[in-house]
Amino acid sequence: MDVVSLSRWQFGITTVYHFFMVPLTIGLGLTVAYFQTRWYRSGDEAYLRLTKFFGKLFLINFAMGVVTGIVQEFQFGMNWANYSRFVGDAFGAPLAMEALVAFFLESTFLGLWIFGWGRLSPKLHLATIWAAAIGATLSAYFIVAANSWMQHPVGAIYNAETGRAEMVDVWAVLTNSTTLAAYPHVIAGALLTAAVFVGGISAWLLMRDKPMPKADSVALHKAVRTSIYLTFAMGIAVAVSGDYQAKLMFQQQPMKMAAAEALCDTEQPAGLSVFAVGDVSAECDVRTIVIPDLLSFMATGSFDGRVEGVKDINAAYQEKFGPGDYRPNLVITYWSFRAMIGFGAIASFGAVVAWWKTRKGKELPTDKKWLRVGSIAVIATPFLANAFGWIFTEMGRQPWVVAPNPDGIPELRLMTANAASPAVSSAMVWTTVIGFTLLYGALMVVELFLLQRYVKAGPEAVMPHSPPPGPEPDDDGPRGADDADDGQTPARDEEADVLAFAY
Amino acid sequence: MELSTFWFLLIGVLWTGYFFLEGFDFGVGMLLHPLGRTEKERRVLINTIGPVWDGNEVWLLTAGGATFAAFPNWYATLFSGFYLALFLILVALILRGVAFEYRGKVDSDVWRRRWDVGIAFGSWVPSVLWGVAFANIVAGVPINENGDFTGSLLTLLNPFGLLGGVVTASLFILHGLHFVALKTEGEVHDKATAMSLKVAPVTIVAGAVFLIWNQLERGEAWTWAPVLVAAVGLVASVLATRAGRDGAAFLATGIAIAAAVMALFGSLYPDVMPSTTDPAFNLTVENASSTPYTLKIMSWVAVIMTPVVLGYQAWSYWVFRKRIGTRHIPAVDVPGPTPSPGPA
Ligand code: HDD
Ligand code: HEM
Ligand code: HEM
Repeated sequence: MDVVSLSRWQFGITTVYHFFMVPLTIGLGLTVAYFQTRWYRSGDEAYLRLTKFFGKLFLINFAMGVVTGIVQEFQFGMNWANYSRFVGDAFGAPLAMEALVAFFLESTFLGLWIFGWGRLSPKLHLATIWAAAIGATLSAYFIVAANSWMQHPVGAIYNAETGRAEMVDVWAVLTNSTTLAAYPHVIAGALLTAAVFVGGISAWLLMRDKPMPKADSVALHKAVRTSIYLTFAMGIAVAVSGDYQAKLMFQQQPMKMAAAEALCDTEQPAGLSVFAVGDVSAECDVRTIVIPDLLSFMATGSFDGRVEGVKDINAAYQEKFGPGDYRPNLVITYWSFRAMIGFGAIASFGAVVAWWKTRKGKELPTDKKWLRVGSIAVIATPFLANAFGWIFTEMGRQPWVVAPNPDGIPELRLMTANAASPAVSSAMVWTTVIGFTLLYGALMVVELFLLQRYVKAGPEAVMPHSPPPGPEPDDDGPRGADDADDGQTPARDEEADVLAFAY
Repeated sequence: MELSTFWFLLIGVLWTGYFFLEGFDFGVGMLLHPLGRTEKERRVLINTIGPVWDGNEVWLLTAGGATFAAFPNWYATLFSGFYLALFLILVALILRGVAFEYRGKVDSDVWRRRWDVGIAFGSWVPSVLWGVAFANIVAGVPINENGDFTGSLLTLLNPFGLLGGVVTASLFILHGLHFVALKTEGEVHDKATAMSLKVAPVTIVAGAVFLIWNQLERGEAWTWAPVLVAAVGLVASVLATRAGRDGAAFLATGIAIAAAVMALFGSLYPDVMPSTTDPAFNLTVENASSTPYTLKIMSWVAVIMTPVVLGYQAWSYWVFRKRIGTRHIPAVDVPGPTPSPGPA
């Protein structure tokens, strides 16, 4: 394989992998912060359990998110040197801001949160988890802004002398219409992921035929409740924001829209394909189940709008940018778009089932194997929806790495084929593709092993019960079960709380 | 001052921050086996950096991101040119980060011993390779007219580069020892102090040869000053260790690190990556930088955010300022059945 294809494989593998951790970090960070806030406000011990339990799972996942993120930061220069030279002036800015504004916040305050139990006042300790969670949410903004610039370059000009993009308006880059549309979608997708994760695990623990402390059961029931509502809300949020993105995409990247539907010929009005049988790229008329007029509505807001097909757009591009094939891989775009929506729908359906089974305060049944298996299996669906969302967005942009903005400067464009690193040989990229794949594969096994172990043990296991090192017997955070309502941190022996938490 | 020069300085500052901070946590990682004889001692060592190592690592991400934004051509040439070296660094940093988080999550000696290898490997590799990389950046590497590196991994392993690796590794060990001495009590503290006195001569000799070699080949007159400061810093750290002044010793190695980075960056300027193929192909502060507009925007961001970051990072060090010792380490408390090594 050539360097470009290999580099694409590598970027795809490492980034999709990174994005398995990312949505959970963003969503679960906010969720844990919410649980801790409830505990802080009410002193209700159930929320302390949830904070500790999901906090532990959050940290196991976070570690992997961090280490795979470092690869992301280096990869542009390593594999995509020509890309980096072309876009650095405009694209580097949000990336550097991400580190300065978001990553420092996230990592420093998370360290304070982990080790700060009992060392910081309850209020300050609560603030640290919020700071970390907000840091993660902010980081997504900057990286989505960087990514949006590749989908829809704005705020920059093309300098023919240096042959590169040059930023002229940072505000335009940071408030790119594409960013404003994608960010809510990404955050909603992240919260959906966390909601299903929390709900699936809690329901599974409750349905398991194994005795658990009453306190655990109370806490997990609350978690299931929270999860159901959050899943409903975020299911709607991804659909609404996704619909908005589709309309924008129709204007900004018409080729991607047509590719998402495998719409070969221009239609007016155009129907929305639900499913297809056969090879969507070879023959165009396999769009088996079609809802009439709906695509026109999705793309244009009117039921008889005109939607251009792949062939016509390709011809227009050839006229504008010279001979070549400007079509993305239709099989992947068509199916990944459906996979994103489909897996999201399954996740929401899971919440409907949970809602039905727990309506009017009913207890979850412990004798239904399919429910138990289902509540674990459904956890995978939002992760897959997220991955396919990105695969669709990124593959639909091909063959461009910087897609030309139809209302912008036509020279601000770059083909993926011209973006790789001349200094790098295919043997070198093979080395890193294989190296990262093996390493990531092994680490995934370890992470899943640890997650299942901590999940199976349930909240009780992460509640502090071993005697602390010093003379202080009470080590369960600032407000433990027995001093829940006095609202005061007991004065602690300075010596004892040097390491209230330790690795 | 030109903004591009200002950014050259700022990137020097970011690398200084990175080496100062992650320097000692690399040191702690490299010392895990020699200083940590028992499980409790190892946990003491790891917990000295537990709350802060991730924040320290972000200095690297910021240095990388800032190089991308302010000097895209430098970022592209450097990262694609030093490809395999950076790959090794990435693998090391991945193993190290995961190891800190996961080693205590299963109560099994086999499990912990394996992650400890990850910590040691993950700390040694970058400590050596950053030195190799920086020595080669200042000495120059083959770069063609397009700004692309034309050598291989072996090009980097020249005597000057290798000496650079020895310098950073020994410097980080020394810095780590002083950090451990500052943050611990009891036996771990005493072992660190004793070892510091043994390591210091190696660091001083290697550092002196390296910096003077660099000075003679390409130094500026003024860069003798930071070389001198680095030397004084190292010697002062020995005296401070002898006098039992742990904080002063740590500060002294920190100053030596900052001064060494300054000497290297000073001798580099106005190039950012000289070409040994033809000086006409040198990447310079001028031809590698972003536009004045981008640099202006980024300057505002940096000027506002850097003090804020320094503020809360300093606060986090203050929160965890207490010395720890084996008596503070709580018992292992993890869920799960009887200890098993797991699949790793
Ligand atoms: C900041 C920029 C940026 C961001 C935030 C993302 N990507 Fe991307 N993506 C690229 C910048 C990029 C790229 C550097 O531009 C690539 C490499 C080759 C290419 O064409 O685009 C790319 C390619 C690429 C590919 C391979 C496409 C192909 O080779 O045809 C996949 C599957 C993804 N990306 C997936 C993702 C995922 C899962 C992301 C979420 C984290 C993501 N991208 C965020
Ligand atoms: C392809 C471009 C990307 C790059 C260069 C990148 C870079 C990084 C880096 C360097 C880290 C580690 C930070 C640390 O040490 O704390 C990280 C983590 C993170 N990134 Fe990415 N990232 C990319 C894609 C994304 C996207 C698209 C999002 C969100 C929508 C995202 C969100 C996050 C979050 C929330 C973290 C926190 C750690 C975790 O995931 O557990 N990243 N990223
Ligand atoms: C009715 C449901 C949905 C619709 C109509 C929808 C629509 C879209 C569209 C049009 C895009 C492409 C934007 C572009 O390339 O410009 C997109 C991207 C994406 N979607 Fe969805 N989506 C839906 C559900 C989901 C779900 C359930 C998830 C995950 C849980 C998800 C995650 C993503 C992600 C991560 C991206 C890539 C980032 C981005 O461009 O925003 N989507 N979605």
